Amino acid sequence: MTARRLALFTAMTIVALVGCGSGQRTDPRSGGSAGAVTGDVTVFAAASLTESFTRIGEAFEAANPGVRVAFSFAGSSALATQINQGAPADVFASASPANMTTVTEAGSGDGNPSVFVRNQLVIAVPDGNPDGVTGLADLNRPDVKVALCAEQVPCGAAAVRALATAGVGLTPVTLEQDVKAALSKLRLGEVDAALVYRTDARAADDDVDGIEFPESAGAINDYPIVVLRNAPNRPAAQAFVDHVLSGPGQAVLTAAGFQAP
Amino acid sequence: MSRRDVVVARSDRSTPVPRPRRTGRVPVALLLPATLGLLFLVLPLAGLLIRTPWSTLPQRLTEPGVLIALRLSVQAATLATLLCLVLGVPLAWLLARVDFPGRRLVRALVTVPLVLPPVVGGVALLLVFGRRGILGGWLDSTFGVTLPFTTAGVVLAEAFVAMPFLVIAVEGALRGADVRYEEAAATLGAGRWTTFTHVTLPLVAPGVAAGAVLCWARALGEFGATITFAGNFPGRTQTMPLAVYLALETDLEAAIVLSLVLLTVSVVILASLRDRWLSSP
Repeated sequence: MTARRLALFTAMTIVALVGCGSGQRTDPRSGGSAGAVTGDVTVFAAASLTESFTRIGEAFEAANPGVRVAFSFAGSSALATQINQGAPADVFASASPANMTTVTEAGSGDGNPSVFVRNQLVIAVPDGNPDGVTGLADLNRPDVKVALCAEQVPCGAAAVRALATAGVGLTPVTLEQDVKAALSKLRLGEVDAALVYRTDARAADDDVDGIEFPESAGAINDYPIVVLRNAPNRPAAQAFVDHVLSGPGQAVLTAAGFQAP
Repeated sequence: MSRRDVVVARSDRSTPVPRPRRTGRVPVALLLPATLGLLFLVLPLAGLLIRTPWSTLPQRLTEPGVLIALRLSVQAATLATLLCLVLGVPLAWLLARVDFPGRRLVRALVTVPLVLPPVVGGVALLLVFGRRGILGGWLDSTFGVTLPFTTAGVVLAEAFVAMPFLVIAVEGALRGADVRYEEAAATLGAGRWTTFTHVTLPLVAPGVAAGAVLCWARALGEFGATITFAGNFPGRTQTMPLAVYLALETDLEAAIVLSLVLLTVSVVILASLRDRWLSSP
């Protein structure tokens, strides 16, 4: 391609892009997140948000054609550590206020985090509930092998609270590093039950039944979200957070089994 | 003695060739990348040492969980190394000394755990030795033995990941060893087993020791296959790398301290073994 043709091509591309953008442009202050932002947004989100945030990301990209959302899903505490060590993230969505506090206290957050959903534990059992588990007390039976999350991660901390409320002293066979790992031990058939979030049980609907239990009400996790101070793309980051808090965003989350805050 | 005999006798002698004295300047083109390479390996260690909370180190080291995880790590790595020696040395011998069809394929298969992500290795182990696994289901129904979530499971996971190191090292040693000693033993009437135990093994002992040390070090640091296959429970399956990972979730300093302990123990043991058995020229 000659230099002249390259210049022409570039000019045409720019015209095309600007044309696209201006067609959908709205006033950013009017509250809509459509069309006003461009570029890449990097969202660090708790592992339990994997399915719902992936969907929200697709909807957000569809509403903002110039934006690409990249997710990093992992345990909230690992993400908090990465953010405080300077990872180039725009948004942090945590599965517990404790990990959010780690980030805001280190000065990595920008403004106050807002709680966007809440999640609670269920007892996940294999499809059809072969062991007839009905409540936490059943997990204490010697023939039932249980996987919990480690206490260091939010789902493990919630499990400890729920078990204390129920007065059940349980010895699990393993303390997994995140909620998805606990669930995969169940799906592989190595344990008979696992305490996981309702949303994770629902996402694994084909293999797993989620059994609600009353003590989980005392161990509800708030999920806070925040735009990060060193966000490379602050406008898009704010637009993404707005989208999560908006009606369509909340609809995706409640469909996945989360509760509105 | 004819002239020809002298030549043969001399070439038969297995004394090492005298090394020429290395003289002259070290070329910068080699020295510079070598120094950078060394820095690249050593700087992260320095980073750990710089961030170590020296003032609270004694309290943190005497926390009960630390010693339990350390003891479990050392025990499991040692047992895994023994298992690798029992199975891996014969396998290496087979690869080095027996000409059978598909040997190259077998050699490639042996190295699979080297390139397989350990987490995948853990899942693969579950599919075979897990409660629903091909062998594990049979073990469970016949003997009531389940391997996942047990210390035996940790040993198995570590052996799976570490055995290739041993096999490769021993096979290399066997290929480097002079076959004529074995042939001489055979002409004197020794069978293959006697030759193996009385001639081959003593000959490659340094190679076996080197392989065992590598294998032990790899087993000690094993994380992915262990947490996937054996889970994580303090005192039973929580080895030091697992403890480090979970400490990292909440407490960076605790993770650094645990890593430092693991590092110190492995360096001390490896250094002492090296001095005793692996005298490098």
